[in-house]
Amino acid sequence: MSKSDPAREHFTEALAVREGADGVHGRPREERPAPAAPGPWPPPGTPVRPYGDTRDDGSVQLSFTLPVQAGPLAVEAARQLAVKMGLEVPKVAAHRDLGEGFTMFVVYGRTAHSVDLAAVEVPRPRFRVLGFDELNRYIRERIGRRLVVVGACTGTDAHTIGLDAIMNIKGYAGHHGLEGYPEFDAHNLGSQVANEALVARAMDLEADAILVSQVVTEKDIHIPNLTRLVDMLEAEGFRDDVVLICGGPRISHELAVELGYDAGFGPGTLPPEVASFIAQEVVRRGLVQ
Amino acid sequence: MPLSIRADENQIARARRAAAAVTGEVQGFINRHSTVSIERTVARFFGVDGADGDGVPYPNLVVDNLSRSGRLGDGLALPLARAMAYHGLSAQEVAEAVARGAIDLAKVPARADDAGRQTAAALAAEAAGRVQARRAERDRLLRELPPGPPPLLYVIVATGNIHEDAVQAQAAARQGADIVAVIRTTGQSLLDYVPYGVVTGGFGGTYATQEHFRIMRAALDETGSKLGRYIRLVNYCSGLCMPEIAAMGALERLDMMLNDAMYGILFRDINMRRTFVDQFFSRVINAYAGIVINTGEDNYMTTSDPVKHGHTVLASQFINEQFALRCGLTPVQIGLGHVFAMDPSLEDGLLLDIAQAALTRAVFPGCTLKYMPQTRHKTGDIFHSYLIDGLHNLVSVLTGQDVVLLGMMTEAIHTPHLQDRFLAIENARHTANTARHLGEELILQADGRIQARAAEVLAGAVEMLGHVARVGLMQAVEDGLFAGIRRARDGGKGLEGVFERGPGYFNPLLDRMLAANREACEAAGGCLGDAGEGERP
Repeated sequence: MSKSDPAREHFTEALAVREGADGVHGRPREERPAPAAPGPWPPPGTPVRPYGDTRDDGSVQLSFTLPVQAGPLAVEAARQLAVKMGLEVPKVAAHRDLGEGFTMFVVYGRTAHSVDLAAVEVPRPRFRVLGFDELNRYIRERIGRRLVVVGACTGTDAHTIGLDAIMNIKGYAGHHGLEGYPEFDAHNLGSQVANEALVARAMDLEADAILVSQVVTEKDIHIPNLTRLVDMLEAEGFRDDVVLICGGPRISHELAVELGYDAGFGPGTLPPEVASFIAQEVVRRGLVQ
Repeated sequence: MPLSIRADENQIARARRAAAAVTGEVQGFINRHSTVSIERTVARFFGVDGADGDGVPYPNLVVDNLSRSGRLGDGLALPLARAMAYHGLSAQEVAEAVARGAIDLAKVPARADDAGRQTAAALAAEAAGRVQARRAERDRLLRELPPGPPPLLYVIVATGNIHEDAVQAQAAARQGADIVAVIRTTGQSLLDYVPYGVVTGGFGGTYATQEHFRIMRAALDETGSKLGRYIRLVNYCSGLCMPEIAAMGALERLDMMLNDAMYGILFRDINMRRTFVDQFFSRVINAYAGIVINTGEDNYMTTSDPVKHGHTVLASQFINEQFALRCGLTPVQIGLGHVFAMDPSLEDGLLLDIAQAALTRAVFPGCTLKYMPQTRHKTGDIFHSYLIDGLHNLVSVLTGQDVVLLGMMTEAIHTPHLQDRFLAIENARHTANTARHLGEELILQADGRIQARAAEVLAGAVEMLGHVARVGLMQAVEDGLFAGIRRARDGGKGLEGVFERGPGYFNPLLDRMLAANREACEAAGGCLGDAGEGERP
């Protein structure tokens, strides 16, 4: 590495920052005074940075593997990679020989970046989570009939754990699934249901909502599968009559909307959230009749 | 010596008797039926392989040909061998001629029957010889390249591309893995054929094909000989093609097969009659090939609550054991799956896990126990996940599990990365080493929580098996007694592939292998196996 190497310059510069290091942990001493009385943090407009043990130290931990034989070359390569990722003073805390010419690293560094919370937008479905009794009452008063919901794991997906958590009476985390609500008529079609079969069943039952669960998302297999369902519903002229929802560990609301769904629910979603959304969406869209 | 736990011998004997009755009744059904997949397996053993221009495998084409004329009832073996003898062709040549429309298996003159029977017997003997040669090869390699101390460390690879899988498997073996399973692509279990050749583009796993078996076997043999440690290879003998995959595995020297008597019914909605009939021949082949089967009771805990339904796992293990013994599998070839399943937030959950693991060890002392990791409560928090896996590994060494499937810290995120597997292996090796003789040092409180839980689970299993014996297994599955999943006896996929055996049903491979398995069982001190029909008590 030559002296004019930008990585080295960056390194040297970063070292300069460390001049006041306490010599025990090699941790830079912060110039800023300690925050006064604890209050809500951050104050509006303050950029946030990762917190290691001092506010705004930017401390980040990461690990990765390089296809390089373990040794000093591998360690330096990992360090330079961390610099390129924008980490200051990256430290390769450990490296492990994985065999077959691979080395794993544990790296710590300080990121120079920050995020302005005021500028962060989180796309999420708009609804209010109602309690069990409150929701049943809402449906009786605002809709005046039971809501029909059809759920399935579509395509080749055989993982029903998420769908079962939302649909089945047993539910999840102490909350009944849709089957447990007197005002929902829930049909869990189970795993590996063809999109055609799901559409046919939903139309047959005149469903108010369709829930699609996708767990296997390797190589984005779920994307074309989810898109096809939307296409089919549109071809049948049924899309506008139904609340269309997808869920799964790698599903976000943003992705769902992009694919033509009304909402997407990720991991940790509770049955009352999905139930509340369906009821309020039916009312909002005027699908009561 | 694992942690010793008290299990009532009378209760265990009652459970076994009930399970024998349960499986005996189903065995009666099995013995009167065959399936298209069983007949395709005969075609494969006779030498039919490959696929036509549209990718339809020749074994499917010959069976479909006979089936169309309604003549499959007596099996494929004689019609295929008769055509070979009559036309003077190899099995493959007959299959290709059938595919072209040049031969109709139903129209070969019956006067070729005697020659056909001779040909069939010779082909069956030759195929059995090939399987025995692979088995002898494994025995020799296991002597030359002995594995380390138990538990054997089991990892999975699942890239969708067999060549990438091979790289990952070799790295895992070098890191300390003893057993490598190639996860099958999602959905293959529902294909009523086995794809041919190298097929990339699997999702969440890799297609099981005979060529893939060969590629992975060669890769693991190469690494195993370098390491001086035999690396076992696993695939999935499940779904609609159980016996065909068993044949492919037997011919390519796989060492273990996921092969459960009920998994396909419950978790893949495959018709129960199809599965019961298919599992029988597949297990006869696995037994003959010296393959250790792995049952899948661990899956119950993905849909059932482990605290309330722990006994269903034990009950199902008794049933799986009895089905397996009827195929001539020796106890050591019966790998029973169970799982480290408690909700991590549950107080004393670890105690419940220890109770179930130690009880399973005590109830099945001669079987190969395969202990599965927590997956249900993994969230993507890799740090929490690594701790849970460490506890799983501790319980497995404490309770003397034979095989431990390693939990991955990145469970619920992605199929394992190279470093995930490395860290999992390191976790397991560290735990096994540091706690090697812990089980010998500890004595359980006679009236303590762990003993009480074990007694509760065993009593629950005895009661459940008694009930299943009274209503019959098919009814019990219809009632949702296993994994909380209901399956109708005429529902699910693949029922159309089941047919009643005709009066002249002939399957020389089944006859030959089953007889040899029985003989081996008896030579090994006898086993409870009986393929005969049982009476409902």
